[in-house]
Amino acid sequence: MTSPGGSSAVEAAPYTVEEVCERFDPVMGLEVHVELNTATKMFCGCRNEFGAEPNTHVCPVCLGLPGSLPRVNARAVESAVTIGLALNCSVRERSGFARKNYFYPDMPKNFQISQYEDPIVFDGYLDVPLDDGSTWRVEIERAHMEEDTGKSLHMGGATGRIHGADYSLLDYNRAGVPLIEIVSKPITGAGVRAPEVARAYVSALRDVVKGLGVSDVRMDQGSMRCDANVSLMPKGATTFGTRTETKNVNSLRSVERAVRYEMGRQAGVLLADGTVRQETRHFDEQSGTTSPGRAKETLADYRYFPEPDLVPIEPSSDWVERLRAGLPERPWERRARIRSDWGLSDEEMRDLVNADALDLVAATVEAGAPSESARSWWVSYLAQQANTQGVALPELAITPEQVARVIALVSEGTLTNKLARQVVDGVLAGEGSPDDVVAGRGLAVVSDDSALTAAVDEALAAQPAVAEKIRAGKTKAAGAIVGAVMKATRGQADAARVNELVLERVGATS
Amino acid sequence: MSGSDTDALTRLDAAELARRVQAREVSSVEVTRAHLERIEAVERTGLNAFLHVAADQALAAAAAVDDEIAAGTVRSPLAGVPVAIKDNMTTRDMPTTCASRILDGWRPPYDATVVRRLRDAGLVPLGKTNLDEFAMGGSNENSAYGAVRNPWDRTRVPGGSSGGSAAATAVGEAPLALGSDTGGSIRQPGAFTGTVGMKPTYGTVSRYGLVAFSSSLDQIGPLGRTVLDAAMLHEVVGGHDPCDQTSIDAPLPPVVEAALAGARGDLAGVRVGVVTELSGEGYQPGVLAAFTDAVRVLTELGAEVVEVSCPSFTYAMPAYYLIAPSEASSNLARFDAMRYGLRVGDDGSRSTDEVMSATREAGFGPEVKRRIMIGTHALSAGSYDALYGKAQKVRTLIVRDFTAAFERCDVLVSPTVPTTAFPIGDRVDDPVSMYLADLCTIPANLAGIAGLSVPCGLAPEDGMPVGLQVMTPALADDRAYRVGAAYETARDAASGVPFASTVPDPAALETAS
Amino acid sequence: MSDITREDVAHLARLARLAVTDDELDVFSGQLDAILDTVGRVSEIDDDVPPTSHVAPLTNVLRADEPEPSLDREAALAGAPAAEEGRFRVPRILGEEP
Repeated sequence: MTSPGGSSAVEAAPYTVEEVCERFDPVMGLEVHVELNTATKMFCGCRNEFGAEPNTHVCPVCLGLPGSLPRVNARAVESAVTIGLALNCSVRERSGFARKNYFYPDMPKNFQISQYEDPIVFDGYLDVPLDDGSTWRVEIERAHMEEDTGKSLHMGGATGRIHGADYSLLDYNRAGVPLIEIVSKPITGAGVRAPEVARAYVSALRDVVKGLGVSDVRMDQGSMRCDANVSLMPKGATTFGTRTETKNVNSLRSVERAVRYEMGRQAGVLLADGTVRQETRHFDEQSGTTSPGRAKETLADYRYFPEPDLVPIEPSSDWVERLRAGLPERPWERRARIRSDWGLSDEEMRDLVNADALDLVAATVEAGAPSESARSWWVSYLAQQANTQGVALPELAITPEQVARVIALVSEGTLTNKLARQVVDGVLAGEGSPDDVVAGRGLAVVSDDSALTAAVDEALAAQPAVAEKIRAGKTKAAGAIVGAVMKATRGQADAARVNELVLERVGATS
Repeated sequence: MSGSDTDALTRLDAAELARRVQAREVSSVEVTRAHLERIEAVERTGLNAFLHVAADQALAAAAAVDDEIAAGTVRSPLAGVPVAIKDNMTTRDMPTTCASRILDGWRPPYDATVVRRLRDAGLVPLGKTNLDEFAMGGSNENSAYGAVRNPWDRTRVPGGSSGGSAAATAVGEAPLALGSDTGGSIRQPGAFTGTVGMKPTYGTVSRYGLVAFSSSLDQIGPLGRTVLDAAMLHEVVGGHDPCDQTSIDAPLPPVVEAALAGARGDLAGVRVGVVTELSGEGYQPGVLAAFTDAVRVLTELGAEVVEVSCPSFTYAMPAYYLIAPSEASSNLARFDAMRYGLRVGDDGSRSTDEVMSATREAGFGPEVKRRIMIGTHALSAGSYDALYGKAQKVRTLIVRDFTAAFERCDVLVSPTVPTTAFPIGDRVDDPVSMYLADLCTIPANLAGIAGLSVPCGLAPEDGMPVGLQVMTPALADDRAYRVGAAYETARDAASGVPFASTVPDPAALETAS
Repeated sequence: MSDITREDVAHLARLARLAVTDDELDVFSGQLDAILDTVGRVSEIDDDVPPTSHVAPLTNVLRADEPEPSLDREAALAGAPAAEEGRFRVPRILGEEP
């Protein structure tokens, strides 16, 4: 019999998803933790801020000092309900906090204040857009409020990792930061698409929560974290198999890879007549594999009981309805609307989204620019500038309003496209608003005919042979004169007008 | 100041001390020094009521109050009066140990709300009083720093867990003290030491800074030698506190006014219910005799006395000894050697788990360990429904019994404890018999209502004090003070001397021997 | 009714992080058994009764999301058995987070 964790041969060559699904149906459950971006922690007035000096955002409450008592953050409750509404959940009429008891040094009280039997929101769903344009409905079991733990730094030993460390150092700045845990119902029937559905679900969840403005949802910074439960059951069966819980899956790509790997690994175990052990596993970004956590002596018994220090929450229906009315459009619904409003192809739309430009273009349009020019500015010239600077598009030092102003200056004839790019460069260089740059660099189009006429005459005098050709009817030769004039005016002339003036001055008829 | 002056000042009640200090007949510094001297004299006899005495800070605080009074500012009716604080409330300038080795020498970085209110009201904290470790116990024998002795008989316990506060108040080491009451920990030692102790309605005194034993039951309250003194201290520390989200945002009942009104001795129209289930078999005859006599006095004062039955009260003790240990097992999990307090066995090779377990083993006493394990068991998946869950249902039945009883009565009365103070060591090895000392006081905690214990004489068979418990509906604490004060006035009128003055003086015994 | 063995006590002690001694296992198993016999009487009551976990008649007690001062780091670490680099120093952590 294969060892319960799977033999090394199985680890090295898991079955492909297609092979797995010939014999098994995968079942997934996804638990996503979202750190809220409230100003303060869940149960005290310490700042909720990433990256501060260690143990500077701590107080008797979040350090769990004897005698301290938790105080619920109203904003966190509002965010939890808002997330629930966006996920089509019911809001519980009477909800309460519970203590989850376990010892761990990053948790100051050795219990976590969470919710157990009566989570604030429950029974919802999210229609998740898949790559082929179809949608997959993921049912939501519940979403509940809880507090985050502190962070440990493992010292000594060879690796700086938990195993083999000599001791650890604890920073409790993150302890007590508000978390919303969103738990899906078992996702069945996805078959070979299971890994894709998992990724698409987490991605859609991230977009929804981001749209609500209640969290930064940065998987790379840990403000959104995913645990993936995966099990296999023989094809056509209705009883779920034994599941594993893979933790530490911290990018969208990892979600997909972790599910795919677990499916393959478990199939390997089962097909070798082994048994899948119910356990926690860790995802390794490097290898794309999962490995078992330390085996526990006994199954965890968290001894949940109602938190006596906090009283129940009974959201009024008025308040819930106000929050519901304030929900923003769902990100993919908004995208669909925008795509049709702007008349874009699927591919153009995807480019916009991938370039992180959708919100910027929309805001530029909002500021009065036509969608076509707004889009063109952001995905070409500005995208190049961002690329050159090595920053993300939204981090460029120009606002959508400023871009809209540049576009307006072009359309009213004050700037040519070439000049407009110089204006944008000026804005990016910190020279002020587009109008400031136009004034500062003296970039407006020269539209004074007498100045242009003088320049044309000068150019004709300098190139008599060309002037002769034009006069002889070879009007295309005018281009050389126009070029000379544009050079003399440092590009600030309207080339079409210069062309007219050239023909006029040599007496050619157009 | 001579010894007799010291004695005189430490025999005065808080209301009188406050009057004299505020009228500048005596300074707060003189009053404070008198109590510090009294503490020194009495503690020398081995009473062991104090774990920490903050003489310098007390004298400095007293001097500041004197300056203010001289400048015409009186912060509160108790400004300038010394007070003792049970050592399970956090104090910035004194250690807070909960009488546990695990918190030996811990100095909190913050004051409990009640401590802040004491300071803001110009009271003078003298120090921290002894208790059963983490307030778990009814005899004070569970202190890691030694048992407190009962001033009435040094071979007996003072009750617990606020035994230090009660003994200190009884012998005049402090005119007032704060205690905490989870299952009777103010009222029971009040009864055992002949002092007045009040457990206010749950949610009316902030628990912020009270080191939690059982959060849904714990309540801070006053101890004093008179009903009025207790009411005055109650008024200082009570009232809404946003730092405690179980704190009720409502005005405190007019407790001082009620104590003053009660002292006029008229209880006409007050309906008093005697709880059938809280007397009879198993109760010490002298306790029953004193209680019966107290009820007779209430009748003479005009009260209308009826008997009421609260059948679920027979399940109160079992329910309490499930709920309190369950919450305690969680509340005390934080004592893990990581962030503060004791750390044992950290030799570089042991893991956090091993150091946590070694520290908790060394740092907790046997009663605390028993309760942690009982609570861990009661909350575990296999037992929750049959134990913790059922106990919560008992709680509902107790609330219903009280609601029904209070439809017929304004207050309910019972003996505070079925017996008088028992000899030190008698029940140490038998936890269940120890738990019986809380039989009459537990129902009020489970229902969150108020309960007052007023001394009602001595049991003839052992000469030890007996307590009369007066329970009121939630937020009607004033009724207990009114009935208690009326009874107290009649009691002292009948005997001709204030009951509080009859406590034997251990310091005098010491000098005499 | 209840029947608490030495093994039960050892299990509870492990859950509660108490490194109890052999002698304690004997003493505690007898005592816990007696206590559980007494408190186990709660199982006699009717199951239809709703539970009570809070006695104060309160709901929706919330705090505004406004920052308040934190402790100075020095004060936060003052009670620590060991500290290093502004952090609490603890022995090596063996188990994974549950």
